[in-house]
Amino acid sequence: MENRPFSDISFEAFLTEGKLMGSRCGHCGKHYVPPRPICPGCHGMQMDWVEMSGKGKLAAFTCIAIGPAAMIAEGYNRHNPYCSAVIELDEGARVDARLEGIDPKKPEEIDVGMPLKVKYGHRGDKRTHLAFEPL
Amino acid sequence: MKKRRKLGRGVAIVGAGMSKFGMFKDKDSKDLFAEAFLEMVASVDKGIDPNEIDALYLGNFSNDFFMHQSHWGPIVSDLIGLTPKPATRTEGACASSALAFREGVFAIASGFYDIVLVGGLEEMSKRTTEEVAEGLALATVPYEGQAGFTFPGVFGAVATAYFAKFGANREHLMNVTIKSHNNAPLNPKAQYPLTVRDIMQSKLKSAEKKGLPIPDWSDEKAFLKDRRANPMVAWPMHLYDCCPISDGASCMLLVAEEMARNFTDDPIHVLGIGQGSGRGLHACDDLTYFEATRFAAQEAYGMSGLKPDDVQFAEVHDCFSIAELLHIEDLGFFKPGTGFKAVADGATRLDGPKPINTSGGLKCKGHPVGATGVSQLYEVWTQLRGKAGRRQVPIKDLRIGGAHNLGGTGGTCTFTILERR
Repeated sequence: MENRPFSDISFEAFLTEGKLMGSRCGHCGKHYVPPRPICPGCHGMQMDWVEMSGKGKLAAFTCIAIGPAAMIAEGYNRHNPYCSAVIELDEGARVDARLEGIDPKKPEEIDVGMPLKVKYGHRGDKRTHLAFEPL
Repeated sequence: MKKRRKLGRGVAIVGAGMSKFGMFKDKDSKDLFAEAFLEMVASVDKGIDPNEIDALYLGNFSNDFFMHQSHWGPIVSDLIGLTPKPATRTEGACASSALAFREGVFAIASGFYDIVLVGGLEEMSKRTTEEVAEGLALATVPYEGQAGFTFPGVFGAVATAYFAKFGANREHLMNVTIKSHNNAPLNPKAQYPLTVRDIMQSKLKSAEKKGLPIPDWSDEKAFLKDRRANPMVAWPMHLYDCCPISDGASCMLLVAEEMARNFTDDPIHVLGIGQGSGRGLHACDDLTYFEATRFAAQEAYGMSGLKPDDVQFAEVHDCFSIAELLHIEDLGFFKPGTGFKAVADGATRLDGPKPINTSGGLKCKGHPVGATGVSQLYEVWTQLRGKAGRRQVPIKDLRIGGAHNLGGTGGTCTFTILERR
């Protein structure tokens, strides 16, 4: 039985282990990714850790030409944009992540609703970032 | 059934002022607030002795980050000679001064104070664009930043969800931009008092002068579709979908309704106020509306006993073109998924049935974030008193106007309804 706290720190530690983990409310059954200690829907306070299947669909996205310092450091700029997205997981929870395996220079070709699967970005000793790619 | 809220006693606006908005090398926050304050004092028809002011509520988002100076309440209190009376700063990202306004209203409604100054300020242009973007991103939610989202990025994602659900496209966003730019030259305080056609003309002239190839734009939309003229910032947000970086200040004098006639024969009354809080992108089941705006609107309509149709015109928080479409739906002016058609039909033009952002909006008037909320109320006050000059709403018997302010990525939203009696 997993007994880590339902926190962002735990969520990120799981990502490093290659696991997309969320919490499920013991009262109403709703899933949250990242996990929450309190269910905002029913105020249930009995949560369980659940590993997500890692499959979902694209709910919304953007291709960013002018990014923050951290993305510029990774080599992204107005000639080399990247894609950030909101993904609706099969379990119902939604999560913010990068979208890879598509061409950020051709946003017209990216379809809201397209099926996606999880991908973990590990880069040296940096933090693991959550990404999705077309199924 | 939602509780219908009311004020303990009525509150009226008897004076208002705002600085010109823009990027000023030679003016700082204090200079800009002084400019707004002097206009406010001059606007009180029967005069105000500043010694009569009981307290100050001041909205400021992040001069801490932009200017490395915090604690602006007492700085402004000292500037205008209000010390040792209380000065309180409010922070709600881009809705900071709408919160100052609410606190001022509550302070008078409770009976504690009779005369209160509310306002806001922000000084952003002395930082680089990258630094400003980083400062503004402090008001996103943590998961958004980690996924690489910027502010324009969040609203870009909202736009893709809106497009997918309702069948709108980039041209519908261009309609918002063109409309705001048509109002801007009529506002002497606006940062960009130019129509899109004015901008096209000046670019053509500049190309001719430099001997560069002359662009062949057939109309405003052709210009806005030109990737060189209007580059992508965060799909589908392009440069002309985004409000600028601005410096500015705004303020208003609030008094208990029963004493309003001591200051003016034409007070403007606070009829409804609402505020809501909202979640980050990933926590919303539907990205085509802001729950905080809907909540704030319900509260304001409930308090005033009015319906959306009763609000004759409004200022809404168009930090990005797509945001204006969501707000005019969330405030009930148009049904969900129909706002883009209403804008295309001209319903929100200055001479339309529901004028929106007669000031030019954040897009053209400018968006010094902490000053914006009260500057929107300033526009509504000016319109209701029939003093908006060439941009005066041409509706007969103009009585009711609204102002909607949004902070962060929808985390704080307010809606205020003002009335001329």
